[in-house]
Parts: sequence; structure tokens; C-alpha cells
Amino acid sequence: MTGPLDEVFRREAGRCTATLIRVLGDISVAEDAVAEAFAIAAEQWPKTGIPPNPGGWITTTGRNRAIDWLRRESTRGERHLAAHRLQVESMESDHNPELDRLDDFVDVVADDQLRLMFLCAHPALAADAQVGLILRLLAGLSMGEIATAFLVPEATMAQRIVRAKRKLHDNHASYRVPGAAELPARLHAVLAAIYLVFTEGHTATSGQTLTRTGLSSEAIRLGRILVELMPDEPEATGLLALMLLSESRRAARVAADGTMVRLAGQDRDRWDRTLIGEGHQLVRACLRRNQPGPFQIQAAIAAVHADAPAAESTDWAQIIALYDQLCALRPHPVAALNRSVAVGELHGPAEGLDALAEIDPASLENYQPYHAARADLLARAGRHDEAIAAYDRAIELAANTIERDFLVRQRAAL
Amino acid sequence: MPQYLISVWHDDTYEPDFSTPDAQRRVAEVGAFNEELTKAGAWVFAAGLHPASSATVVRSSAGEVSMTDGPYAETKEQMGGFWVIEASGLDAALAWAGKAAAASGGPVEVRPAQG
Repeated sequence: MTGPLDEVFRREAGRCTATLIRVLGDISVAEDAVAEAFAIAAEQWPKTGIPPNPGGWITTTGRNRAIDWLRRESTRGERHLAAHRLQVESMESDHNPELDRLDDFVDVVADDQLRLMFLCAHPALAADAQVGLILRLLAGLSMGEIATAFLVPEATMAQRIVRAKRKLHDNHASYRVPGAAELPARLHAVLAAIYLVFTEGHTATSGQTLTRTGLSSEAIRLGRILVELMPDEPEATGLLALMLLSESRRAARVAADGTMVRLAGQDRDRWDRTLIGEGHQLVRACLRRNQPGPFQIQAAIAAVHADAPAAESTDWAQIIALYDQLCALRPHPVAALNRSVAVGELHGPAEGLDALAEIDPASLENYQPYHAARADLLARAGRHDEAIAAYDRAIELAANTIERDFLVRQRAAL
Repeated sequence: MPQYLISVWHDDTYEPDFSTPDAQRRVAEVGAFNEELTKAGAWVFAAGLHPASSATVVRSSAGEVSMTDGPYAETKEQMGGFWVIEASGLDAALAWAGKAAAASGGPVEVRPAQG
């Protein structure tokens, strides 16, 4: 039973939490209610079998449990819990019994998940808190799992998440999908937070291993949900495409001995063609909409790489054109850095260094890939002393041991 | 309805010269913002403050009141003024804060009041 129950948990916990936050008016009470409902399920389902609508079962059971608690607590006259009771009652008074019908229920749940995404990625929260809340509430990861994924003590992660929940509560953050005027900025925050979960899984910023599969697949799962919920937002589709295309290279990024392999040196037979196919399809769907955005353009760049049967046949001119478009749309030093690398590939290291020189070095001073890219261009331009200094700085900044080893080898090869 | 403190923060050396056209424009913008708050029923209270060097810190310990030259926090940034507003929730408060920052030349800090 553990297997199927786990699967239901992975699939339904976020949705149930999302609905119960709305019904109960409190994040923590909703979390407890979902946990309690799953505990009851673990006891009952082995005997009764999994109900036809397990998510609905969990939500209803959790809601009933929470209402029981709140009734009991309120008779003790605790003021803060009485406040919850009022919220529950006001929810109940305009409660529509129709919503308990299965078909309608699913719709309501979908909307709740969107509300929860916007709440977790509220721009008033710091990025690490947004990511923590998303993994806790939407992905249903335990505090311990999230702490392990980010290599921080569990108490640190718990404190971060508790503080974020408290901030939302104290500030009377509303549980809603932002209106049209705020939507672009708020949606970008949601996309950025999901992408942060992905990139942390894709290149772990610290630790002994290069990638953490769990986080990347969680981010992709959330990306899929978002595309389903907001099919008319091309940037959501762009983010999913970008993640799928990056993920397709996972196996090829690490050699058998655990060392890192750069894009140019990767065995392209090890790229996942299914993910590439899906990513391509999404990129084409975005192009048809003709509402370009940063995630769509980055996905298109990843698609150009995926198109090349060998590194030498990469269409660098196309990649530079896409970076030009990206920099025009949203100027960012990292985009300019990647553009310089592409220029270095198409026109040679001297031009690449010229392009690099146009970026304010202060903006990337503590960014390891900047020094690594500069070192590579300098080495190829025959400026060895400067290349060594740049590698030293990159090595100093590399928090991930696999990346550090890679840089040390590159430096030694000079 | 929830109340929020929106405070304006300046470098501690900041002292506006109200005779300059720049400061005059600021005053007009803040005035227009106050009017907008009032019309929307969101205005509770607001004040611009004299520089932090004008502050006095007062303490009470076991019935003994003592005072020292202020400000209380010896920080590089000091509060230059504030609004107390009523808003339906965080997003509404942040929308007002965006206007407050534009009017005052910000940055502003938004903090929910208890209760």
C-alpha cells in the first residue's frame, strides 16, 4: 500500500493543500489537515481500497478533521483559534453544496493550485523562502527533504518556511490569482521561482554532486501543472520547454567517473530524445503565438543546441540572434555573458573577449561562470597568464566540487 | 480592515531644502498622493518628520525617567516620514506603497499593524 499511497500523495498533496488553504483560511491548519487525512488514508485504504477520487477524499476528510479541531479549540476560548472559526464559518455560509459534486470539484481545485503558486512566489518574500514554500506546500516535500536538497540543517529550512508563512499571515496576504494589471509581473515571479527550483537541481550550487534529480523533476512537474492551468501564457510554456530541453542533457553532463562534461564535449547520443521532442513541440507552439518572452527565447536557444547533431554544427549565428533578442527584451549581464560565449564560438576568441568587455565586470564579479568563460576565451586567444588568473578566480567561486574539479583540470591543461 | 505602516527611509544626512523646485515638486506629489488615499478611504494618518538628529530617546526604568540625545538606532538610514493606511490586504497595501515610493522618492517599507 505504501507505493500507491505515496503516489497519491505526490500527485494530490499540493492540490489538497491548495484547496484547504482557501476553505480553512490558514496555511498551517491546511497543512496539518492534509497530513492528518493522509494518516487516516494509510490506515483505511489498505482495507477499503483507494477511493475513486482520492484527492477529493483527502480534501473532504482533511476539511472535516480541521473543522472538528477548530470547534474543539474554540470551546476552550483561545482567541487566535476563534479567529479561524470565524473564517471557516464565513466560508461555510456561502459554501456551495454543488461544489462537492465531483466534476465541479476538480475545477475549483485547479484554481486553488494557481492561487497557491502566486502566494508561494509572492514578491514580498525572499527567493529562498519562495522556493521553500513551493516545495513544502505545492510539491508536498517534507522539511527534511527540502533541507537535504538545499544542504542546510533542517531547523534552518523549517525556520525559513515558518517565517515566510508568518509573514504572509501577518500581512493579510490574499489568496487569489492576481488581476490582469499585476499578472505579468506576478507570473514572472512564479516562473522565476519554479526555474530556481530547477536550476538548483540542474547544477547544485554546493555539495558533492553536480545535479539533484529530485528538484529538477519536481520543477518540471510544477511547470507542467502551470501550463495546464494557464494554457494561454506563452511564458509558462516557454519555461516548461526550457526545463525539458535542459533536462534532456542531464545524463550527458556527467561522465562515468563523475566529472563534468561541457556542452561541446557531451556525447549527444546520451541526450534524451523524448524530452527534446516535447521541448521542440512546445517551442514551436510558442513561436506560433508570437508573444516572445525571456523564457521562450531561452528555450529557443536550448532548442538550437538540441538541433545540432555535433557541437561543430551548432548554428551559432542563430543563437547570437536569439541572445540579441533576449538582451533587447530584458537586459541582463548573464544573458550578455552567454552571448559573448556564442560570439567567441562563431567569430573567434578575440571577438568573444570584445563582447565580454562590453559587460560591466562589477555586475558579474562574484559569478563563477563569468570567470570560467573569460578564462576559456583568454586561453584560446593565447593570453595564458590572464587565463590562469581568471581560472583561479572561477575556482575560488565554485561551490560545487564537481565544477571545481572541472575548472582545476582546465587550468592544469593550459 | 487591516492597517499598514508605510515608512519612508533616507540617508541619515538627508535634509531637504524646501525652497528648491525639486523639493517643491515632491511636496506637491506627496500632497496629491495623500488626497488619493483620502478619496479612496485608505488614509488613517501621515506625517513627514524632521531629521533624525532632532530626536530624543526617553527611557523608563523602575519609575525613573531618563533621556538621551537621539536617534535611538545609530544607523545610516533613518525614517523620514510615514503613512498609516487601511487596505484590504497585502497586495492592496503594496500597490499604495508603490505610489508612496514614487511620490516621496522612496524607498518605503511596508509593515502590517497588529490586531
